[in-house]
Amino acid sequence: MFNTDLDALIPMLCVTLTALATLGTEAFRGRAERLPMGWWGLIGLGGAALSAALLWNRNVVGYGVIVADNFGLFVTFILVVVGALTIMFSSQVVYRDGIPAGEYYALVLFSIVGMIMMATATDLLVIFIALEILSLAVYVLTGVRRESAKGIEGAFKYFLLGAFSSAFFLYGIAFTYGVAGSTRLEAVGSFLSAQALSDNPMILLAVGLLLVGFAFKISAVPFHMWTPDAYEGAPAIVTGFMSTGVKVAAFAAFTRVFLSAFEPFSGDWAPLVAWVAAATMILGTVVGVAQTNLKRMLAYSSIAHGGYLLVGLVAANSVGKAAILFYLLAYSVTNLAAFGAIALLGSRDRDNDELRDYAGLWNTRPALAALMTVCLLSLGGLPPTAGFIGKWYIFSAAVSAGYYWLAIVGVLTSVVSVFFYLRVVVMMYMADREAGLPGPVTVPGLGMAALTVAIAMIFYLGVLPTQVLDFAAESIATIF
Amino acid sequence: MMPLLTLSWAAPLAGALLLLLIPNRDGKRDGMIRWLALAISLVAFALTLVLWARFDQGSSEFQFVERVPWIPAFGIDYYVGLDGISLMLVVLTGFLTPIALLSSWEGIEHKVKEFSVFILALHAAMIGVFLSLDLFLFYVFWDAMLIPMYFLIGIWGYDQRIYAAIKFMLYTMAGSVLMLIAILGLAYLHSDATGSYTFDLLKLYTLQIAPETQRWFFLAFTLAFAIKVPLFPFHTWLPDAHVQAPTAGSVILAGVLLKMGTYGLVRFAFPLFPTAAAEFAPWIAVLAVIGIIYGALVAMVQPDMKKLVAYSSVSHLGFVVLGICAMNVQGVQGAIYQMLAHGVSTGGLFLIVGMLSDRRHTRLISEFGGLKSVMPRLTAAFLIITLASIGMPGLNGFVGEFLIMLGAFRWDPRYVVGAGLGVILSAVYMLWMFQRVYYGEVTHDKNAKLADLRPREWAAAAPLCAMAIVMGVFPMLFLKPMEPAVRKVVEQVGFSQPVRVQNPEVKKPEGGKEVVLNVQH
Repeated sequence: MFNTDLDALIPMLCVTLTALATLGTEAFRGRAERLPMGWWGLIGLGGAALSAALLWNRNVVGYGVIVADNFGLFVTFILVVVGALTIMFSSQVVYRDGIPAGEYYALVLFSIVGMIMMATATDLLVIFIALEILSLAVYVLTGVRRESAKGIEGAFKYFLLGAFSSAFFLYGIAFTYGVAGSTRLEAVGSFLSAQALSDNPMILLAVGLLLVGFAFKISAVPFHMWTPDAYEGAPAIVTGFMSTGVKVAAFAAFTRVFLSAFEPFSGDWAPLVAWVAAATMILGTVVGVAQTNLKRMLAYSSIAHGGYLLVGLVAANSVGKAAILFYLLAYSVTNLAAFGAIALLGSRDRDNDELRDYAGLWNTRPALAALMTVCLLSLGGLPPTAGFIGKWYIFSAAVSAGYYWLAIVGVLTSVVSVFFYLRVVVMMYMADREAGLPGPVTVPGLGMAALTVAIAMIFYLGVLPTQVLDFAAESIATIF
Repeated sequence: MMPLLTLSWAAPLAGALLLLLIPNRDGKRDGMIRWLALAISLVAFALTLVLWARFDQGSSEFQFVERVPWIPAFGIDYYVGLDGISLMLVVLTGFLTPIALLSSWEGIEHKVKEFSVFILALHAAMIGVFLSLDLFLFYVFWDAMLIPMYFLIGIWGYDQRIYAAIKFMLYTMAGSVLMLIAILGLAYLHSDATGSYTFDLLKLYTLQIAPETQRWFFLAFTLAFAIKVPLFPFHTWLPDAHVQAPTAGSVILAGVLLKMGTYGLVRFAFPLFPTAAAEFAPWIAVLAVIGIIYGALVAMVQPDMKKLVAYSSVSHLGFVVLGICAMNVQGVQGAIYQMLAHGVSTGGLFLIVGMLSDRRHTRLISEFGGLKSVMPRLTAAFLIITLASIGMPGLNGFVGEFLIMLGAFRWDPRYVVGAGLGVILSAVYMLWMFQRVYYGEVTHDKNAKLADLRPREWAAAAPLCAMAIVMGVFPMLFLKPMEPAVRKVVEQVGFSQPVRVQNPEVKKPEGGKEVVLNVQH
């Protein structure tokens, strides 16, 4: 191709085009016609994965603001996995729940475009645009069930607080520009490392504001307030999507910005982020213990997982960076599978997401119960699953950077978290079904297939992680 | 050569997966599954015997070593090997699993397939723990083992099973995650010293660690193992888990799982951090002695037979820890012997209590009485096991306890006073229980018509009784393979010469052998 600038954008373009195709299909659809529109998305994501594979190791830069380096491409792969699993889980669920399929798939795809852009952007303003692209789509997805009061409430909260945090983020960009005279990460980084500015309040303010913006998106304490409501209100599969995709994209950008441009200031922000990480892990698990709604419980659990990821960021060494990538993949697959299972068990009138809805699931749907158990054990970090390797990787980063206390907080909170994951297992395996609750639902085949694929990945990452670990280590070698 | 070690843990796991594939929703194939599971466990046992047969008893080195890079970036290998200490425990595991399956032939009525799968998976993980020479691999097996045990207690246990299962899981995990940090810290220290990460136990043995760091790491490791043993005061999970678990679960829990804690002390905590171990050993020994007496006293007043046996484990395992703390050849050898003996005798006690409980659906001592006339064979079997557990000469408990006390005496005689008291108390609570259950008149009508041992129950109880006698009469059979390995550990830890030297002459390296010979004749 003659224009290499465009090369870097191809993964995004693939997804954008199929998103548009989905919208077009929706527009020409007959009123009662049910088209398998998810396939557009799968095609686009396949194209994105393929082009990302072709771009591997080439470090193509697009228009100076998008860079298809290995780090960004690895994150793109994760996002493709997230998107593909989401679409597979959604296949029947959208019709069952009466969600407008065309809009739904298009929004999912557009938000993936934003996510990929966020992971590959090297300019603060482009990161902001990407953030808005994905956020707007996700706000709408949260409230996609228009008749659900909880959904509307969650979407509204998410939107209002999200708008605030975007403003913070933008403000941070403005201050950065004011100090460094550029919004390009590279320029900011070289400017900052060239001068001893650590006592400059302007730059500290900029760092602080950007931190708030990111902390909101990854729902770190104390900016996590929106998370439980939004996660509980949204349809389960959307929750799965946003608790993984948004987090992946936000963490990718967070890592890139803070470990490249603001690396010279790590002495200033690292202690702060360390405390945020500890608070996030502790709050996420402790409050998670008290939940009786499974979605809400997993919302708090995903807050805690954000805390573990922050530990990798604080460690900031090469192990930590690779650990973030691996953990993002392990967490995404696991969490998405767990929410996928919840989505598959719901019905049109009832979400079936209260803890007691899972009582005796083992007797009615043994396979689903077993798969769900694997997800929960992986979230709890038990071997031989992906979650264990991920946590091990994160904590070894913390230990090698000398953050023993953070690693200890991490392991102890993960023991506490095992308690509430086990509560679900107890329900599924050791309790009897209450009378009066609706019986088992029929589970769509494609959803089951997605779940099986996810479980296979969980075990693959847990037992033979070498390849992916090397892959992750390789992706951070070229940058930073 | 065949990868025998891999086979010995992978075969039961493969068997478990095979069972999983058999469709059995309506329970029609329960019988077939029971037999198949038993066959798999017997094959697994046979594999451990093959290991024993091919084991070079004169060598202190790890044998049958297999090593494959697993996660090369961190120096993690799939690295397994077997020395005399682990050989004995592997054989014990192999021996107890078929018995556990037999013990649940009638007691487990629903979800037989899943039950068998979990037992076999547990078996695989336990063997893996004893074989691992890579700390990462060890941790994986160590933690993975919790999952099947959790389900075994939680699904097939008695009334309080869920509480017990969660308590078991959380207690054990809380200890082991700190060990994980210490493991990571060790690998990091190694990379600091040599430039590369490693989790290779043998390499880490040679690592020089500052005393302050040793102290922390030793405490992290020891906490994990102390909870598992369980050492007083970390024992509170044990009565719940043991009592609530189904018979098979109790047999394995008492027979093998507890040994992982003491095995961990011998294999990891003491040799990795010798300086810290020397410093803390007296304190740990004090806790062990407290455990011996406390466990015995609490056992004495239990109205529930299973709980009594559970507390007796706290007491017996205290002996093991005491022997390890002494860190001389007699002490450690005795400790390992006691681990085996306790596995057989407590396994047997749980088995027979389980048989009574299957018949009467109660385990209260007061519900029984005069069973001797109703079920003489069961009484005889129980008597053998009881005497073995008390430590009667000629049965297996004696050898271990004697060696431990000998070792401890050489270290510091004061501990032996407490331990000796424990021996007396164990006779009190066991014989008193035996008297109340089996002697006297038949006080309860329901007991008058209880069936004696059935053939299947014979098959489970007879090997245990036989082992109790064999181990009591021919201890060299078991002591000899482990001796070189024990000697090596003791040299490695290096405070075989007691912290408090009482009599420097006692340090004769061949002392262990002489003593053993005395026992035999």
